[in-house]
Amino acid sequence: MPLDSRPGTASDTAAISPLSPPPPNHPRSHADLFWSFTWLALQGFGGVLAVVQRELVEKKRWMTREQFVEDWAVAQIMPGPNVVNLSMMIGGRCLGLSGALAALAGMLTAPLVVVLIVAVLFAGVADTPAAQGALRGMGAVAAGLITATGLKLIGALGKNAMGWGACIAFAAATFVAVALLRWPLAWVLLGLGSLACGWAWVKLGAAGGGASA
Amino acid sequence: MTLSFAAADWLALFTHFLTLSLLAVGGAITTAPDMHRYLVTDQRWLTEAQFTSSIALAQAAPGPNVLFVALMGWNVGLNAGGGLGAGWHAAALGLAGVGIAMAGILLPSSVLTYSATQWAHRNRELRAVRAFKTGMAPVVIALLIATGWLLTATHNQPARDWPLWLLTAASALIVWRTKVHLLWLLGAGAVAGVLGWV
Repeated sequence: MPLDSRPGTASDTAAISPLSPPPPNHPRSHADLFWSFTWLALQGFGGVLAVVQRELVEKKRWMTREQFVEDWAVAQIMPGPNVVNLSMMIGGRCLGLSGALAALAGMLTAPLVVVLIVAVLFAGVADTPAAQGALRGMGAVAAGLITATGLKLIGALGKNAMGWGACIAFAAATFVAVALLRWPLAWVLLGLGSLACGWAWVKLGAAGGGASA
Repeated sequence: MTLSFAAADWLALFTHFLTLSLLAVGGAITTAPDMHRYLVTDQRWLTEAQFTSSIALAQAAPGPNVLFVALMGWNVGLNAGGGLGAGWHAAALGLAGVGIAMAGILLPSSVLTYSATQWAHRNRELRAVRAFKTGMAPVVIALLIATGWLLTATHNQPARDWPLWLLTAASALIVWRTKVHLLWLLGAGAVAGVLGWV
């Protein structure tokens, strides 16, 4: 198993990349991780990401907006459910493998119990007009939450080494490809993603390696 | 619906989710069509209604949407045990299905993600690692906005659906500009839906 937690891993988790300022806060313990992720998972109707951003960046301040975007990029590109990936990355960064597992358990345990209870109890009423209406309403709000999360994170692009113009161009192209042209996600990530990474590689080189804070 | 389910079938169920795990770039939901082909069409372990309601319930309930996989495992187990009416035996098989399905869909992707991100964190000064994070940032931010757009665009009849669009736009604006708790907004959306306003 490649899941070894090297002796260095837990201690260097405290060190934050010099590319971005350190976050003001960090989780205190495994229990803190577990319950924090349990609480935010239980608020996540129709998707957990908006809640993760609100709770971990704005309220608890475990990470800065820029770090959140970086982590989210990785969580999105790796296979697997992206909020699950994100929870493991945050837990692992703070407390190593055991932290990743605590965050993962928090993200999944309570919601799993809830969804099974819902499946057993409410399978019968799922077809009633009231239940359908509630689902429609909550779905519309959830769409708004996810949009707002994206809008808030645009501000994080201000410090991006590619420059504001290039960022907006890549963002606009991605939006058009996914939302309007409905291209498959994997192709967009592979195509536009590698183009953007290539451009970032060039710009980071031009900035002279480490001088791009 | 009742199935005769042998150990080999449990193994096949596990292997199916195991193979889909690494293909699930962009979330487990992207592999749902293949789950449908295997579980409903080929193996007939789930009914069409069970498949659809697994996805709908998991999206309505709190938590990561990947829990639809848990519900599929639950339903396969229940079917193997003769349905929920058959009592504790069926429920136990259902829970076994939950464990097998979730372990299958999560194990490979989680091991890969954890090792890759640990590697990237140790090598965070590498130009390639920094280029990846810098380059992907605008792309994934745009993906979020696109997701919100796509969720709204499924309601595509302006005359009937404009209240839904209004609700989406209003909640986006409120979340963007204020610190109102997200649960209040979701609650308001549910109430508006029950009252038939949207």
